Amino acid sequence: MIAIHDLHKAFKGHEVLKGIDLTVKKGETVVIIGPSGSGKTTFLRCINLLEFPDSGSIQIGDRALTFQPGIRHRSKEVTAFRQRTGMVFQGYNLFPHRTALENVMEGQIVVLKRPKEEAREIAMDLLRKVGLEAHADKYPHQLSGGQEQRVGIARAMAMNPDVILFDEPTSALDPELVGEVLKVMKDLANEGMTMIVVTHEMRFAREVADRVIFMDDGRIVEQGTPEDIFDCAQNQRTRQFLRRLTEA
Amino acid sequence: MFFSDRATQVWHLLLDSFWPLLKAGIVFTIPLTLITFILGLILGFFTAIARLSKFKALAAIARFYVWIFRGTPLLVQLFILYYGLPSIGILLNPFLAAVIGFSLNVGAYASEIIRAAIQSIDRGQWEAAYAIGMTKRQAMWRIIMPQAVRVAIPPLGNSFIALVKDTSLAATITVGDLFRKAQEIAAERYEPFWLYIEAAFIYLIFCSVLNVMQAQMEKRVDRHVAK
Ligand SMILES: Nc1ncnc2c1ncn2[C@@H]1O[C@H](COP(=O)(O)OP(=O)(O)OP(=O)(O)O)[C@@H](O)[C@H]1O
Ligand SMILES: [Mg+2]
Repeated sequence: MIAIHDLHKAFKGHEVLKGIDLTVKKGETVVIIGPSGSGKTTFLRCINLLEFPDSGSIQIGDRALTFQPGIRHRSKEVTAFRQRTGMVFQGYNLFPHRTALENVMEGQIVVLKRPKEEAREIAMDLLRKVGLEAHADKYPHQLSGGQEQRVGIARAMAMNPDVILFDEPTSALDPELVGEVLKVMKDLANEGMTMIVVTHEMRFAREVADRVIFMDDGRIVEQGTPEDIFDCAQNQRTRQFLRRLTEA
Repeated sequence: MFFSDRATQVWHLLLDSFWPLLKAGIVFTIPLTLITFILGLILGFFTAIARLSKFKALAAIARFYVWIFRGTPLLVQLFILYYGLPSIGILLNPFLAAVIGFSLNVGAYASEIIRAAIQSIDRGQWEAAYAIGMTKRQAMWRIIMPQAVRVAIPPLGNSFIALVKDTSLAATITVGDLFRKAQEIAAERYEPFWLYIEAAFIYLIFCSVLNVMQAQMEKRVDRHVAK
């Protein structure tokens, strides 16, 4: 379903991704953990081409792109590829000049060219699903952070992506609002959505993840089931990271 | 009594000239302001887009244009257009010369305001737009521009009010605007002090009305700007 091979990315000579290989099956939920600066965000951004990898390849569904330094893909290819991947941002990045409903309709209308009425119905269904039916006509600044992030999730889902990428979706939230967002994500995972989630919510990882990946210094150091990683990590660095995380 | 005679005389002078001045304002100053502001906005808009374009030549042309028109006095620009161009065979009527001069000038300043507004929009907005598969053009017009316009409205409002006053320079190239009319009557009646005071008063009315309109517009668009 998703096959990423030998992905490299450097910023001005500073190598951030040093050859990442990852395959994700349809319906799988993969949680990525790792210390700050290990390249988690960069990796997600490479998957939906907000950053262009220097080399390697990414296949999502039946679309595959191979990267080489200096070779730029045609923008048509890029946007088509991005449509297949949804992204949920740490800072939500909702469109402030659009209501919750319009945020979820926007991509459907502009990119998928769905008729307005159909887009509205789909958007309404999605808002219902994330528990925000009553807030459909509010603007982002009228919503709480947790509500904003749930709109962000609905916005990503509206495009029917093959996979949704989450970059620390709850780390900007007040603690009491984290649960409502994780709940929506858990429901999504249970429905069979393919998800790659960068998060430090260990309970979520334990309960929802099919697989946990530990990244450090631009590489995947270790991966396995949540039990494998959390209870009997093989790698020294993984253990160290987890110990510090539970102490904090 | 001398004082009351003089006061009556001034009062009549002001009354007599009020309508001619206001009329010149309505017939020349206001249309000149509106036309040049709209043309200048359109020009500024495309110049801003050009300056942000990835096509280097386009960006360079835009930058050159802004450099020239922001770096030279408006009065000199008007003189070149009206008094200078005829010597190379291009004769413009005064109003047209004023429209061209002011539009080019407004365009240069507006482009900087619009460019700054576009650049002030958080990068996350571009990324959110790209993440749902929008092209650069779609992201620009659907997501960035509507927010940038809200940011640009207060400074553009200030440019507009400045323009109302700057149009008085058109008098120097014989456009019969409010100020030109004031000069004419002042010369006829030997009363420069009161005439120019009256002209200032009418400009003040125009600008005050615009100030109120600007404040209302800002209140209307202020609601959903990204924080
Ligand atoms: N646009 C960029 N330009 C230059 N350097 C960058 C850029 N983006 C990321 N980096 C660098 O790449 C490295 C990895 O960053 P990244 O954001 O991917 O880490 P992360 O694992 O997501 O960290 P965190 O847990 O703090 O979010 C960091 O050293 C960062 O400074
Ligand atoms: Mg990060």
